[in-house]
Amino acid sequence: MTNAETVRPTPRVASQQAPEPQPAATSSQTAGPYWHLIDFPEWSDTTRHFAGALPAGERIILIGTVRDGSDALVTDAMVEIWHADPGGRYPDPEGPEAEFQGYGRCRTGKDGQFRFTTIKPGPVPAAGGRNTPQAPHVAIMLFARGLLKSLSTRLYFAGEALNETDLILCAVPDPERRTTLIAKPDGVAEGLPVWRLDIRLQGAGETVFLDI
Amino acid sequence: MSGQVESKTQGYRRPVEGTQPPHDAPLYGSTRLRHPQQQPLRLPHTLTETSAPRFGSTRYPARADLTICEGGRQAIGERIIVAGRVLDEDGRPIRHAMVEVWQANAAGRYDHEGDTHNAPLEPGFEGRGRVFTDENGNYRFVTIKPGAYPWRNHHNAWRPNHIHFSLFGAGLAQRLITQMYFPGDPLLPLDPIFNATPDRAGRERLVSSFDLDLTEPEQALGYRFDIVLRGRLETPFEDEHNP
Repeated sequence: MTNAETVRPTPRVASQQAPEPQPAATSSQTAGPYWHLIDFPEWSDTTRHFAGALPAGERIILIGTVRDGSDALVTDAMVEIWHADPGGRYPDPEGPEAEFQGYGRCRTGKDGQFRFTTIKPGPVPAAGGRNTPQAPHVAIMLFARGLLKSLSTRLYFAGEALNETDLILCAVPDPERRTTLIAKPDGVAEGLPVWRLDIRLQGAGETVFLDI
Repeated sequence: MSGQVESKTQGYRRPVEGTQPPHDAPLYGSTRLRHPQQQPLRLPHTLTETSAPRFGSTRYPARADLTICEGGRQAIGERIIVAGRVLDEDGRPIRHAMVEVWQANAAGRYDHEGDTHNAPLEPGFEGRGRVFTDENGNYRFVTIKPGAYPWRNHHNAWRPNHIHFSLFGAGLAQRLITQMYFPGDPLLPLDPIFNATPDRAGRERLVSSFDLDLTEPEQALGYRFDIVLRGRLETPFEDEHNP
């Protein structure tokens, strides 16, 4: 129960130890309908620790509804986001806890909607030796009753020039489906620009999900 | 040091065939309208997938004893110790991983407004915990054994006793939510969620084992539950030159 006030770095594997073969990764199981026992509503605001001095960058609100294959609202989903800071950086695994990190968790409510407050990410370095950075994006993971394993997708921002060359967006063959990954401006709330990306789990307009 | 090692990670290995459940599992009714019908897009892992949030104990305080209810009262039920290691597929311990758990009470009822099962709620028993792995990937918490409970998936459907686990690894691609079951549970062969994982060995690894070494005399039975997260791709040269 007691817990020293130490700062834990990002989880990491011990690199020095000689690898020994293990069984395959543990099987995923559904988060079920009662995952809200680990829902902490404040986690939907990644800027919550910076009341006095907000990190540099543009604060934004991300919203969207989640719908199933019958067009019904999904009202019991866990939505998680993960994204870089405005400079396109992810936190240093050894860095201070006080550093900004673009991680959030949110439930979809009775209106099927998730809502995050965060800071708009910048372009992220590409993988595999590419020179062109990835367009600013937010990784989204969904967990829910009926999802035996998570569903992953990404949220991009309409109007970003880098969207045209982004590794993932360009890998979606159908331009119509590509739009399921691109959030659009949706007014202003609490003085902050709102970006909306609705998610469709199945059927017409199905979101492009990523096998990560 | 380790941070640099991580930043050079090219990504994580794909799941071994059959060891993960499908999105569409007809015997689990809730998957019917919630599984995508289009093929997911496979992407190479980028910094977004090889990095992960860190969870310090100031902002994310641990809670390793679920049996202590509000006011310090002991929860009713069979006290148990659950412990294990979190490793990757190469056997490397995952250090400092945040492990969140949640569960029903001993009567099989969740402290959740959506749970309408007519078993008793226990005031003050929340059924949630949070622990962190140590330098060797070990975690441990104390709780009470959750009860089985009915659900409406099919006639006379009952979930086996289970504890939900949520884990973050070193990269987003290692993120895992799973369930731990108990050995010898007669409901396991009947459960569509447990049985959605095709690989038999994969299913068996979801079942904890009774462990006398973990068991504390006069105190609580011990159950061991080891968790394996995806292993790293060890082919950086190959990956660097991928078009």
